[in-house]
Amino acid sequence: MASRLKLFLPLFLFALLALFLFRGLSLDPKEMPSALIDRPLPAFSLPRLDGEGEVTQSDVVGQVSLLNVWATWCVSCRVEHPYLQQLADAGVPIIGLNYKDEDAAALDWLGELGDPYRVNIADRQGSLGLDLGVYGAPETYLLDAQGVIRYRHVGVVDERVWQGVLQPLYRELLAAGGAP
Amino acid sequence: MIPEVGHFALIIALCIALIQVTVPLWGAWRGNLAAMSLAPRLALGQLLFVGFSFACLALSFLQDDFSVQVVANNSNSLLPPIYKFSALWGNHEGSLLLWVLILSLWSSAVALCSRQLPLPVLARVLAVMGGVAVGFLSFSLFTSNPFARLLPGTPADGSDLNPLLQDPGLIIHPPLLYMGYVGFSVAFAFAIAALLGGRLDASWARWSRPWTNVAWAFLSLGIMLGSWWAYYELGWGGWWFWDPVENASFMPWLAGTALVHSLAVTEKRGLFKSWTVLLAIFAFSLSLLGTFLVRSGVLTSVHAFATDPERGLFILIFLAIVVGGSLVLYALRAPAVSSRVSFQWVSRESLLLVNNVVFLVATLTVLFGTLFPLIVDALGLGKVSVGPPYFNAVFVPLMALLAPFMGLGPVSRWKQDSTARWRTQLWGAALAAVICGVTLPLLQAPYNIWVALAVLLAAWLAVGLGRDLWLRVRSGNTLAAGLRRLTPSYLGMLLAHLGFAACILGVVVTSQYTVEHDLKMRPGDMRAVAGYEFHFDELAPVRGPNFVADEARFTVTRDGREVARLAPQKRRYLASGQVMTEAAIDPGLFRDLFVAMGEPVGAEGAWAIRLHYKPMVRWMWLGAILMALGAFTTLFDRRYRRQRRALPAAPEVLARGV
Repeated sequence: MASRLKLFLPLFLFALLALFLFRGLSLDPKEMPSALIDRPLPAFSLPRLDGEGEVTQSDVVGQVSLLNVWATWCVSCRVEHPYLQQLADAGVPIIGLNYKDEDAAALDWLGELGDPYRVNIADRQGSLGLDLGVYGAPETYLLDAQGVIRYRHVGVVDERVWQGVLQPLYRELLAAGGAP
Repeated sequence: MIPEVGHFALIIALCIALIQVTVPLWGAWRGNLAAMSLAPRLALGQLLFVGFSFACLALSFLQDDFSVQVVANNSNSLLPPIYKFSALWGNHEGSLLLWVLILSLWSSAVALCSRQLPLPVLARVLAVMGGVAVGFLSFSLFTSNPFARLLPGTPADGSDLNPLLQDPGLIIHPPLLYMGYVGFSVAFAFAIAALLGGRLDASWARWSRPWTNVAWAFLSLGIMLGSWWAYYELGWGGWWFWDPVENASFMPWLAGTALVHSLAVTEKRGLFKSWTVLLAIFAFSLSLLGTFLVRSGVLTSVHAFATDPERGLFILIFLAIVVGGSLVLYALRAPAVSSRVSFQWVSRESLLLVNNVVFLVATLTVLFGTLFPLIVDALGLGKVSVGPPYFNAVFVPLMALLAPFMGLGPVSRWKQDSTARWRTQLWGAALAAVICGVTLPLLQAPYNIWVALAVLLAAWLAVGLGRDLWLRVRSGNTLAAGLRRLTPSYLGMLLAHLGFAACILGVVVTSQYTVEHDLKMRPGDMRAVAGYEFHFDELAPVRGPNFVADEARFTVTRDGREVARLAPQKRRYLASGQVMTEAAIDPGLFRDLFVAMGEPVGAEGAWAIRLHYKPMVRWMWLGAILMALGAFTTLFDRRYRRQRRALPAAPEVLARGV
């Protein structure tokens, strides 16, 4: 009988393993504790896309705003663009980070599709993108009035993302005391 | 229209699989001949419909049908046709369909090649494989439909295949790997069929051995290709990362290696039966676990698929049913009493037991290291990652421990041997190995103790095998007669073990002697690495079918003579904007020269350039190819061909070596 019980050992070990795997399903390994959430926007000094001088981190802080990473080579950015325009028309300040792109192509794009951005940072080498830990375009960061990153969304911002995730946080930050 | 037809064919395949798992099993239980003999036909029917469905998806890719979601997300009109085809398995949905296709190929192969198996056994085996097919077909249909349409909203062009996957190696890597993964389902099905039928004997082991060997060979080739691809495509010369996805393919291989050897003991001596059955279940469970790890997103990895907890839950439930179910069956039906057959400690059985223990421990340490971050996270102890230091520290000593016993195994006798005989047989090999180990590393200064150890172990294996081969050939009257006496099983073992020796050498020599330089270079510069002069001739823009690139052109000379021209590229793919490093390699049996471009530095056309000199790096891949060839060779053994003619294996064949 004891030897028969021994044969149940693999089953027992597997059950234990399955329990951990099940627990693992509800955890997100990509949720990195070291991301820049709740840390200030990294310092930078980069040219403006329109060629009128430079932008630094102090130029873009001061109010609750969105920092949108985009590029003309990014197909999803084209999908996202009309919705950003809507948000800008509704008064949400959006700062553009033109990521690893050509200035001329980017200016053509804005001329053709409209410009939802307060200011556009030309990050030609992707150095600010590297500091931010950008996976790829589009990405959108929510900054509070002190320029601290409060949320990061990877992928297209659309009606669903804005209503469901970003807008509640945006309102909360506004209420906490940052002029729109 | 084509995608809908493909979808429909997949649904029919699921219906056939449902019949395949129920009717033959019922037939085997009640002794109904008609129900049992339905099994092979159902297996072939399933292949027909899955194959048709696969062809439909392939056609959608080749015709740029961007209304199909997977095509839109993974292909592009500019993509060369061969990559449009291989893009099919460059994503979760399509690769799952490939999984199912390969499973039905294996089932059909069993149905066709095992016509002479006792019908109840064949019916049970195919029913078990049908059950696995039901799981994966419903996984595909219910959570990851490859034929889902993007209607309305069909994009004008697709978002392109990940540039990392646009590579010849990646065209055949997944199919080979899946042939291996899924191939273990045959050994698994035979084991379950044996437990169900209550007949766990030597003939069961003889039936499943060739299938296990073939699956193991494919898995070896698949892993080798993956490693080779990482080496030349990721752009920094690494060839094994202990990444969770690599481990996911490596664990079934380790367990499969143990199984291949354990089956030998069970077939020849009728020993270790319960153990072998457990290993067969274990190897396939690890294949399923790999599928779970890669597709559920529980671990981070460089090449995991887009993940989804719902899919993860589905596979986990499936895993629980298959593995849990078979382990319950094992606990209830495996023979609890140990075999009456006995063996002495000094015997081939003991050596194969050492092999099994080492490979099992290796599998468990890799499994533990892979799952450790998940376990720590699940217990709420924080986030950790387990990297190469852990794996190297536990894995390398295990393999080194294996080699001394591997030299003894092939020359030892079943049941009872004597250490005195081993001494007379092998003192020459031991001496030769020590001489090689001491002298050969002198060729490269400074003297490296790890390389010396590797040469010692590899020479011990190679000389021992060579001597044994020579003795066997000499025992014939003529050379030809001597060669004819060698069975394919023996030759297969010989090749595989030599392959292992080559792997030891390749891995250790490359790790110890590689020279790597990361330098800033501008056109016109020259740098010397390990006696080779790398001349950076010019930098040129290049245009490919779907990318633009900067190409650095190098001429490599040695003592003034030109050795190679190398042109690494930094590519930007047009559709996705992804930047890729394309390394340039001059391959050689004894050394590879490797150049890759980093980032541009400064304004004067200078680049960060990576120059590598990698000695004997090819040996580990050649070793893996030898191992796979060895496993394929065993198929030609007479006793397997006899099996197809349903004659009992002749005793004199059984008496010969493994």
